[in-house]
Amino acid sequence: MPNTAAVRDKGTNQMTKLTDISISRRALLAAGATGAAVLAMPNVLRAQDRSLKVGAYGGYFKDSFDKNVFPEFTKATGIAVESVAEPTGEAWLVQLQQAANAGEAPADVSMISQTSMLKGQATELWAPLDAAKINNIDALIPTFINKYPDDRIAGIGAVAWYVTLVSNTDVYKEAPTSWAFLWDPSNADKLGLMALVSNSFLLEVTAKTFFGGTKALDTEEGILKAFDKLAELKGNVRLWYRDEAQFEQALKSGEIPMGQYYHDVTGLAIADGFHVRSTFPKEGGILDSGCWALSKASKKVEEAHLFIDFMSQPSIQALVTRKVGTAPTVKRSLTDLTDAEFAAASSEIDPIIPRYDMQVEKADWLSEKWTELIVG
Amino acid sequence: MRREPARGLVQHLPVIFPGLMLTVFFIVPFGTMVAVSFFRRQQGGFYVPDFVLANYARFLTPFFGNVLVFSLYLAIAVAVVSLIIAVPFTYLIARSRRQTQVIWLVALLSILSLSEVIIGFAWSTLLSRTAGITNLLVWLGLMEAPQALVPGFAAVLTGMVYQAMPYAVLVLYPSMVRLDPTLTEAARTLGASPLRAFFTVVLPALRTTLIATLIMAFIFALGSYLLPQILGRPSHWTLSVLITDQALYQSNMPFAAAMAVFLVLVSLALVALTMFAGKKLEA
Repeated sequence: MPNTAAVRDKGTNQMTKLTDISISRRALLAAGATGAAVLAMPNVLRAQDRSLKVGAYGGYFKDSFDKNVFPEFTKATGIAVESVAEPTGEAWLVQLQQAANAGEAPADVSMISQTSMLKGQATELWAPLDAAKINNIDALIPTFINKYPDDRIAGIGAVAWYVTLVSNTDVYKEAPTSWAFLWDPSNADKLGLMALVSNSFLLEVTAKTFFGGTKALDTEEGILKAFDKLAELKGNVRLWYRDEAQFEQALKSGEIPMGQYYHDVTGLAIADGFHVRSTFPKEGGILDSGCWALSKASKKVEEAHLFIDFMSQPSIQALVTRKVGTAPTVKRSLTDLTDAEFAAASSEIDPIIPRYDMQVEKADWLSEKWTELIVG
Repeated sequence: MRREPARGLVQHLPVIFPGLMLTVFFIVPFGTMVAVSFFRRQQGGFYVPDFVLANYARFLTPFFGNVLVFSLYLAIAVAVVSLIIAVPFTYLIARSRRQTQVIWLVALLSILSLSEVIIGFAWSTLLSRTAGITNLLVWLGLMEAPQALVPGFAAVLTGMVYQAMPYAVLVLYPSMVRLDPTLTEAARTLGASPLRAFFTVVLPALRTTLIATLIMAFIFALGSYLLPQILGRPSHWTLSVLITDQALYQSNMPFAAAMAVFLVLVSLALVALTMFAGKKLEA
């Protein structure tokens, strides 16, 4: 089974281990490629007049887009897509940044996580997008338009996914209804939760569940209150996982019967006959997403806008939802998704949107507090 | 025949290659790490060359102190347990027939072909409530109900000893095989029981090898970061786990480098201490 979780997220340890060395190696390859490109130029021009290099999370996402989505774009516009596998984590951001400083773009348009979007904004890495050239901009759910502080558009939603409350149906006959159930004393030593403050988004969940919304995290005092509340949860947690496969296996077998996990992958497990369910609690699922963003070093501005506009069409978003399993970035009413197709990827319950601003600005402080909370 | 010291470039050639490899693949990366540990972190994933001690200062807290102590404790425990199991095991192998030796050694070597991930997952299944060995005990009537033995300290220790054992045996095996059998025979002739002969003759004769094995298993266990995550609770996470978190997930290379440098220094100091103690014993 393709493990989408492993690629879209920070990746498994095995995968991320590789990213350390890839920076220098990639730089080396890029230098070699530039040399080769000069020699090969006439060939490239003959084969295709226009092309665009698109970075996508390597693995399941890139494969699905290569197979189902990019060919449609080439068919519609005549622009060839050359897809590039992005390493997971922040390595890609660092590579884009270093390449842009040298005036190079290893990819013109890339799929970028929300925290990386903010970090790239700080150095003006993303070329501002022209709303006038994106006809489908009104179709998008406003959350998925990533803006600079001065309202220039930095990125447009590419893929979105939910992390929900999952449970084993043999152990829990009734579906839980609220995130608050995680704190229930009956769940002692039964939960599997993600191990990092920056991917579990449990501070946001706590704030929305107990303190009236993620605005409660505006102040350090509010964050500490959420930490205190989370400390009460500690005794219920059996596994703090970094590796998705570990939790998924334990959830299916009932070894660890409840926790937070990806809605779409849980759907695949249900389809395979495992006794698990994914529930959107009344406080909402956690909605995480990646943006299409254009490197400032790219010279394919025109093609990039065509690409992003194409990807934002309701029909293409519906295609992505069906084929890749991610939640649509456009308003549901504009798509022709059936109830079942929509429910497989999304929900109309108001989602919990991670406080990426907090995650970026207070990254070190949060990770330290978090580690002390779960390890100490 | 007396060995002449190498003279001129040609005679030095054979040494140049390993020296070069050592420089490129060990000294340069380690030097880079030391340098990065003094760089200034810019929150948001980048760092700039500088000379600051903040990364080390941040590390000097009771919290990280506890994690460091636990990591050392775990590594020592793994080394000692591995040695306790590996010594009699290797001794028995070395005394057995050639064919039996080969079978055991091949089986042990095959463990080395398993990745840490596979070992971790296999043990977490073996020790689980739903599919683990306790089910076997229930079936045999030795237990009331199946129990989860994972996550826990015992599970981490088991997994890591499993992983370190082949290395321990491989270091011990050559010396054990080469050990002069007349030594034990002499001890027996003088009236020592086999057990007594093992403890008073065999072990002292192998002291250097035993210390080498201990150090190797210790260093090996100190770097482990997957097994404590898969088989342990957060309180069993080693410093290596936290280094990984900082390097890969927080993109805080300077802090990760500082922790790694500190870990290397502490382990080198411990190794030096062990070797010093070994020398003292010999004298």
